[in-house]
Amino acid sequence: MTSREVARSPDGCQEPGEEASDAPADEVAGAYELAGAYELAGAYELHVNGTVRTVEDAWLGESLLYVLRERLGLSGAKNACEQGECGSCSVLLDDVVVCACCVLAVDAIGSHVETVEGVTERGVAADVQAALLAAGGVQCGFCTPGFVVAVYDLLRRRPDAGELEVREALSGNLCRCTGYGRILEAVRTVQEERSGAAV
Amino acid sequence: MPRSSAPTVTRPRAGARLGAGVGADAARPDGVPKARGEFAFSSDLWMDGMLWGKTLRSPHVSARIVAVDPSPALAIPGVRAVVTAADVPGRPTYGLEVPDQPVFASEVVRYHGEPVAAVAADHPEAARAAARAIEVVYEPLEPVVDAERALEAPPLHPDGNLFRHLVIRHGDLEATGDVVVEGSYVVGMQDQAFMGPESGLAVPAEDGGIDLYVATQWLHVDRDQIAESLGMPPERVRLHLAGVGGAFGGREDVSLQIHLCLLALGTGRPVKMVYSRDESFFGHVHRHPAKMWFRHHATRGGDLVKVEARIVLDGGAYLSSSNAVVSNAACFAPGPYRVPNALIDAYAVRTNNPPCGAMRGFGAVQVCYGHEAQMDKLAAALGMDPVELRLRNALERFDRLVTGQVLTGAVPVRECIRAAMAHPLPPAPSPLDPPMARPGGAGLTADHADVRRGVGVAVSVKNVAYSEGFDDYATARVRLEVGVGGEPVATVVAATAEVGQGFVTLAQQIVREELGVAGVLLAPAGTTDIGSAGSSSASRQTWMSGGAIQLACAAIRRQLIARAAASWGCAESSLEWDAAEVVHEGTGERLGLAALLAHGAVEAEHEYHHRPTVPLDADGQGDAHLSVMVAAHRAVVDVDPGLGLVKVVQVATGQDVGRALNPTQVTGQIEGGIAQGIGLAVMEEIVLDEGRVKNPSFTDYLVPTTLDMPAVAATFVEEPEPDAPYGAKGVGEPPAISSGPAVLAAIRDATGMALTRAPVRPEDIALAGAAPLSVASGQPR
Repeated sequence: MTSREVARSPDGCQEPGEEASDAPADEVAGAYELAGAYELAGAYELHVNGTVRTVEDAWLGESLLYVLRERLGLSGAKNACEQGECGSCSVLLDDVVVCACCVLAVDAIGSHVETVEGVTERGVAADVQAALLAAGGVQCGFCTPGFVVAVYDLLRRRPDAGELEVREALSGNLCRCTGYGRILEAVRTVQEERSGAAV
Repeated sequence: MPRSSAPTVTRPRAGARLGAGVGADAARPDGVPKARGEFAFSSDLWMDGMLWGKTLRSPHVSARIVAVDPSPALAIPGVRAVVTAADVPGRPTYGLEVPDQPVFASEVVRYHGEPVAAVAADHPEAARAAARAIEVVYEPLEPVVDAERALEAPPLHPDGNLFRHLVIRHGDLEATGDVVVEGSYVVGMQDQAFMGPESGLAVPAEDGGIDLYVATQWLHVDRDQIAESLGMPPERVRLHLAGVGGAFGGREDVSLQIHLCLLALGTGRPVKMVYSRDESFFGHVHRHPAKMWFRHHATRGGDLVKVEARIVLDGGAYLSSSNAVVSNAACFAPGPYRVPNALIDAYAVRTNNPPCGAMRGFGAVQVCYGHEAQMDKLAAALGMDPVELRLRNALERFDRLVTGQVLTGAVPVRECIRAAMAHPLPPAPSPLDPPMARPGGAGLTADHADVRRGVGVAVSVKNVAYSEGFDDYATARVRLEVGVGGEPVATVVAATAEVGQGFVTLAQQIVREELGVAGVLLAPAGTTDIGSAGSSSASRQTWMSGGAIQLACAAIRRQLIARAAASWGCAESSLEWDAAEVVHEGTGERLGLAALLAHGAVEAEHEYHHRPTVPLDADGQGDAHLSVMVAAHRAVVDVDPGLGLVKVVQVATGQDVGRALNPTQVTGQIEGGIAQGIGLAVMEEIVLDEGRVKNPSFTDYLVPTTLDMPAVAATFVEEPEPDAPYGAKGVGEPPAISSGPAVLAAIRDATGMALTRAPVRPEDIALAGAAPLSVASGQPR
């Protein structure tokens, strides 16, 4: 009898090769050892927030979220689920919103990655951030960076989105504190301000 | 007295003049960094040379541990340490009320996911591989997963299987009513599902002690439990609050704290640990599942005569805060109604299910599903309007709880009900509604012709702060000095855990209000420089830490008056405080803060204790609670009965807040609490199969999204609480209590079904009355 059963592994971490495998946990762990815990990707470059960043000594299996947070010091994208369910790690990959937890970092080579830090730096979501704060859309704040990226992306694509469309577009971003009321209020505020400014 | 949100604010003294004192919509001090992604949460910490920790957890619900062999893990490159029960130098157990929970399981495991060992390695993947490589030989045992059965079963723990049996006997137990209704109700296991998973960074210190940066609700009680298990004096265990990504009760108990410290001390290196979402479901306690029976007696006129209840809470494998949860369940089992006679029989029981403890609403949530369903049943039996029945029996000030306690504070039950009912109802469902607005939402699954509308009401009551004789206090220190720019600056030192609720905002508002200074800094919360603030739970910090800050400021004002008296050579009694100045009543002379602080800083510390409470006696009687909070909710739902799909259309509420110190933040608490209430009513449940957790992920444990949350219409009922600073009650828990029962009532109204279980699952509606499905074939038996 060994320590773990893969199918009901209580931590449920997505181990390399685990998802498709019915192998007992110790065999999976063995495979991992054979592959080598430190088989490295070699140095590679990522284009992040308009800058070329070099990633060294990284393991090939690292997610884009891990590399951003733990190797490049960009901890704005969050790790609420690391399963692509919560949107807290939302970043733009070649201008499309993705969950950074579900993208391998090495698959982002050659793409442009923009994080909440980049969006903030460019100032393109300053009104979204200000509206979230003014409306009371920030409590614990763990989901906030993901919402900033998602709202920024939604309103540049669909500036006049109606309430249901906004709700649908943001339904991939979980918030446990606010019940979304203040966040949706902030979106309405930005829509009004922008349409007013455009007149 | 009831007012809709955005109340006009008439506020005394200086804070209001600054525009950011008590009652204002002051901005969060941590808001900008949070919105920019720059705020450091506990999972964002990083240190040169740090290792990554990982926990090994039991795959069994109940088993004997025959052997643990860490050597295969230690053979993996980059692995620096493995710790097990044998490596715990001090007390091998911990616990909020009684230390009955092992730091690591040694001889037996009592629940699925119980920690058995932890490892530290250079890379998180190496740590995960190492945790898997530890060889543990288990001898599985038959688990006990039913609370009723556990009462009769052999002990699962040396402390036995009964955590607490509490009986409330109130009034004439033989009394009967003309009309009697009874019912049985079940509530499933809810998870706090805070967004920021458990995480922290432990750093070994030169003095042999440890610094732990961690997300928690109560720094000092964590520290004391860690110190006991490390066998260290508490002052060498220094806790620092790292950014907390939500809590809702789930961070009251120790999770990774002791493991992290053991790994850091064992390796001599900083160690970071971050739970995955799956592990988070195993790493903290949940809301107690409940099985409840109620019998309500009333006169023909609709006056409650007696409430009888039997409540069984499944506490899971370890005690946690079960004793206090079951006390709340018993005390508030009748709901916010005048009940002259009651017999409440309540149990909290140990089983091999995951441990349960604190979650927003803390015992009052479960019983609310029962007492509110009963009130509707009683109204039907009496042929009376359910709102009218509630208004008729509503508790008032100076009424008694079934514990015999006279309620001396504000109890605006009727006002809350009327405020909730006063909100306009949403338009009826229409064939012109976009399909996404129907039950099934984005799935576009309901046809308009099948949709039925229902409306339900529920009302709740819960205690604020800690009860039953607990010495509940909070400490704060305020320092007032001339800042670098020459302007006066106040600094607040408190160990109050900011978990998202916005206490940091209130702390600034209170100091601005009391001292008239615009600049208020908040020192980082920790255990090194200040005494306990108590827990950020039980809706208590506005009252408790708020009170400590308010009274520390009052002490500073007295010191400043003394300085002015010395400077003018007059009696202190001839001076008074006005805004940010000391005024001489006789001469009208004024001394401002700049002059008063020229001789140096002023500092004061206050330890705020609330009015003492007493333990319940053998009959469950006694003044066990400081005060109560009330809320009423009206829910409107659309249901497709054939598909079992529910869409919550609107929730309206009236909430007793005492006084709204920051209306925007109060609204945020109300909307967020209602979201969690709706979650428990229609979608959130940790599903267990013989004790095994089946859905530890956000894929399978569903929390409400933007598409699930309805519009919320909220009214603050502001009747100041006599004992509370500024008259403000806590506001966090009430919205999470009766919102769910109101939704359930609305679904009953739409479908005509009994629906005695929360959450309501689609099959509970769609297959009601159908033959039960055979699990194996999926076909009716």
